[in-house]
Amino acid sequence: MYFVDRLVIAMTAAAFAPAASLAQEAPLKIGVVTFLSGPAASPFGVPARNAAEIMVEMLNGTKVPAPYAARGFGGAALQMQLVDESGPATTQVTEFRNLAQRDNVDMVIGYVSSGNCLAVAPVAEELKKLTVFFDCGTPRIFEEKSYKYVFRTASTATMDSVGAALYVKELKAGKIKSIAGVNQNYAWGQDSWVDFEASMKQLTPGVQVATSQMPKLFAGQYNAEISTVLGAKADVVHSSFWDGDLEAFILQAGPRGLFKRSTVILTTGETAMYKLAEHIPDGVVIGARGPYGPYAPDNELNRWFSKTFADRYGVPPNYAAYQMAQAILGTKAAWEKAQSANGGNRPSTDQAIAAFERLTFESPAGKVEMVIGAGHQAITETAYGVSKLVKGKMTVANVKRYPATMVNPPDGVKAADWIANGFKK
Amino acid sequence: MSRDRTPRTLALILLALLVSGQFLPQWTLFLVTVALAKGLVVLGLMILLRCGLVSFGQALYYCIGAYAAGMLGRLFGASDVFTLMLAGMAAAGLVGFVLGFLLARYRSIFFGLLSLAVSMILYGLLVKTEALGSTDGFHVLPSTLFGLRPADAWVRYTVLAVALLVAFIAALLVHRYLGTPLGRLASAIKDNEIRVEYMGASARHAIHVKYVIAAALAGLGGALAATTVGHIDPEMAYWTTSGEFIFITILAGTGNVIAPFLGALVFGVIQTVAFGISPNTWQMVLGGSLLVVIVFLPNGLWSLFRGRKAA
Repeated sequence: MYFVDRLVIAMTAAAFAPAASLAQEAPLKIGVVTFLSGPAASPFGVPARNAAEIMVEMLNGTKVPAPYAARGFGGAALQMQLVDESGPATTQVTEFRNLAQRDNVDMVIGYVSSGNCLAVAPVAEELKKLTVFFDCGTPRIFEEKSYKYVFRTASTATMDSVGAALYVKELKAGKIKSIAGVNQNYAWGQDSWVDFEASMKQLTPGVQVATSQMPKLFAGQYNAEISTVLGAKADVVHSSFWDGDLEAFILQAGPRGLFKRSTVILTTGETAMYKLAEHIPDGVVIGARGPYGPYAPDNELNRWFSKTFADRYGVPPNYAAYQMAQAILGTKAAWEKAQSANGGNRPSTDQAIAAFERLTFESPAGKVEMVIGAGHQAITETAYGVSKLVKGKMTVANVKRYPATMVNPPDGVKAADWIANGFKK
Repeated sequence: MSRDRTPRTLALILLALLVSGQFLPQWTLFLVTVALAKGLVVLGLMILLRCGLVSFGQALYYCIGAYAAGMLGRLFGASDVFTLMLAGMAAAGLVGFVLGFLLARYRSIFFGLLSLAVSMILYGLLVKTEALGSTDGFHVLPSTLFGLRPADAWVRYTVLAVALLVAFIAALLVHRYLGTPLGRLASAIKDNEIRVEYMGASARHAIHVKYVIAAALAGLGGALAATTVGHIDPEMAYWTTSGEFIFITILAGTGNVIAPFLGALVFGVIQTVAFGISPNTWQMVLGGSLLVVIVFLPNGLWSLFRGRKAA
């Protein structure tokens, strides 16, 4: 009597189901927005999505090490709603509104593009929705306006340029007469170079700018720029290229000897270092936009995260994956702090925000402090090193770490002013 | 000849949306407002398409309208929504008038590619302008209506009501224009330009006028989009934005001035549904629906309505 059996099973299941669901809280809905298509998907968007999937699954299964062992956020399971970050700002603002008002998510975590972060922040404020940016780099967000509902759990791009300048100054022991840049001609490339140039002028007074090349984004061919930079004979060459452009640059600049003639800094070099291991000679300065990937500290959280990620996806997590994990864990820390202040009951958005402001939390990349941007913008330490091929495997050597307050401006000071005033604290 | 029912239909749609807008959820109000802004641009493209001209660079005027509105707020603190829209329309119309002398000489693929080239020049210029935030763009001040800012709960409805009114007036005027001899010249130019010239009409002049109207409408749409979204960036001038407008034009069809707005709304709904149900493959849903429309409704969505009326 197959049918009767099924009926009995179904009825038994129905009888127990309410009891089971009473034991746990209603799930929390999180909108996760990251690039799933387009050029930024493969280096940033998809690794970040993978990190989000792992984090949600592991948090719901209480498999994350301390201090994040509690299920989901404060005992409530997480439900992830994924949205593609592609398309113009109009589309992203529309989809953010849909997440907040149609799908009624409890919070939104996402955004790789600085333009999207700038566009979404005022909307988050208008709709009073807790929104956590995990990756976007521009310092403009909390410099131009102050927000109540918006947080960013990764350092701004200023840290990458300042850290790179500090590192090469140390590496070359003051023997830097001229610098050059090869950066993409759009906001990220322009800002990265402006900060690097200003930092170098502060750190090594009298340094000359040999040339600043600004090729078009996704140009693919950089032989003219490489010729100019080779001819300029700069001691240090700075590049904030990423993904396809970065790989093309490495493949084109390598055979022409640029890496031998000058000390080349690749601020996002980490995303390409494993794939192009045999094309990157030893001694190229590799950045990871913070203490991520090869620069992540050796602690239990990091060992767990990098192993879980590598086991599932076959590649180690890159910095975008680390930043996503960092954003989710930071939000969890804030949420649970608010929950315990609220007598163990689910906190309101306002309570979660109060707990998030000026919070210090642990992530796989170490300590994160939400201390600038009036307590809404994180600062972290950063690290740089040089490439070194060990038995066919790419590693970083000569690693130097820079504490958070050394490479990030103090609260209330604009990044550009802070650099121009000689990094005054 | 049957009575012209378009003005009455337009007025009924305006009324219906003004009334129902008060009860619709907030996110739909935003969706409809953005669709109206895009619909204005597509209305201009429709005028050009009736002459057989496809502009692959209409985003130029969309972007000019948006930046004109944004700059007015940034430099002078202007926030009145009608001032911003008029400024966007005037700026785009002026650039369209100047460029029209060049573009009205060209037809078919040459017209399309030249218009694309001009829009990409603006994109390139804006990307190089770090003072305006380069590719990150900048915020547009919250707009006001006659010096007042509506209560938070009514902002979306007010913006929608203004957009509806503007779109209604634009659609009505374009409808009137298409009924004039100059407007009716469009299909004649498309069919046989030499014959038009023999009849004593100037095809170049007619196209120039249509080009300026299309530019002004795109500028109006851009300014409306800027005040609605609250953020503008150079991507508004990028070729993919122009492509989206062409996509909507084909989806909508050129049968009536209501079609562009219908097309923009359907496009917006398909896109947002696709984003929601298949975040990894939403482009396929969007592309598939365009294919379906092309195969089954070669004259666009509007042929659904025209077919029924004829029966």
